Amino acid sequence: MSFAMERQPSEPGIVLTAAQKRQRRSRSIAIALALGVFVALIFAVTLVKGPGVLVRPL
Amino acid sequence: MSLASENGALASPLRAEIAYAEPSMAGAGDYVALLKPRVMSLVVFTALAGLVVAPGHMHPVLAFFALVCIAVGAGAAGALNMWYDADIDAVMSRTADRPVAAGRVQPGEALAFGLTLAGFSVVFLGLMINLLAAGLLAFTIFFYAVVYTMWLKRWTPQNIVIGGAAGAFPPMIGWAAATGGIGLESTLLFLVIFFWTPPHFWALSLYRADDYLRANVPMLPVVAGEAETRRQILLYSLVLAPVGMSPWLLGTAGLAYGAAATFGGLVMVVLALQLYLAPRHTAEPVAKRLFGISIVYLFALFAVLIAERALGVQHFGIPFGRVLA
Repeated sequence: MSFAMERQPSEPGIVLTAAQKRQRRSRSIAIALALGVFVALIFAVTLVKGPGVLVRPL
Repeated sequence: MSLASENGALASPLRAEIAYAEPSMAGAGDYVALLKPRVMSLVVFTALAGLVVAPGHMHPVLAFFALVCIAVGAGAAGALNMWYDADIDAVMSRTADRPVAAGRVQPGEALAFGLTLAGFSVVFLGLMINLLAAGLLAFTIFFYAVVYTMWLKRWTPQNIVIGGAAGAFPPMIGWAAATGGIGLESTLLFLVIFFWTPPHFWALSLYRADDYLRANVPMLPVVAGEAETRRQILLYSLVLAPVGMSPWLLGTAGLAYGAAATFGGLVMVVLALQLYLAPRHTAEPVAKRLFGISIVYLFALFAVLIAERALGVQHFGIPFGRVLA
């Protein structure tokens, strides 16, 4: 481990306020929901299209 | 090079980085706002009309997936528009609270968000539905974000006339998703929205002219004056009325649609005439009424079109329409 890594910086860096933490949490939940919907949609389309899921007309 | 100095203090490059990387105050709602949900709802509705009216059967799950892709693509175009137009939005009262203009979302975040969604929506529409629909969606996003937002909007008073094509493509994309082609019917729906856009937006711009002037956007009332704008609204409404009826006249829509389009077109023309003749000090309420009615008009036409198809109504268009169709 390097000398620089052993020592803790005297400045705290970025410290989120309560409002920022709240907004970050809302963004995280929205991303999780969007990913969930995306996965569910792809799964549903895959079931409908069956083995030829990527076969498509022009 | 170590980022920590001998006494443990952060080195200047990192300090500068931290100062730059201010934690985001954007909530999920701000990212939803970037998608312009109200515009998106109209896009989804008109795309749904294109899907429903198209001949043949499309599996409901695939139709829903296509609509989601179109909606996300429209949202992506909205986010790219807000990224580029933040300077304009900030000085206009109607748009000053938009996420980028208000500083809640950084421009780079909006750009990345828009590009990511645009890429995903086009790629997945192409992979799962068909390449024509994906190509049309890609072109629509490009047309709105680049041709309209970056070029036309700041350059010519015809910005919303030509740029209106971007808003007119969704029914065509819906039709292409269902059929893999572009038919006369989807072209007519495109034309309805295309000729609806100028009276709709110019009515709005008449009572928001100060905003556009402050933002240095060459909207018609700012460049050519109020009287010329009212004249143009009347002319476009006169074109819109028959174009709105054309799906019925050419036999691709039923009698209910024909009645709605005839009545709606008449109302639009009468209101545009009222606006044209109104004394200057009484024009604003008429312009606001025209703006509101124009939304109802377009919504009604597409709602009747969807309802006719859902109910299996036979088309009773004028006979020569059958020959042309």
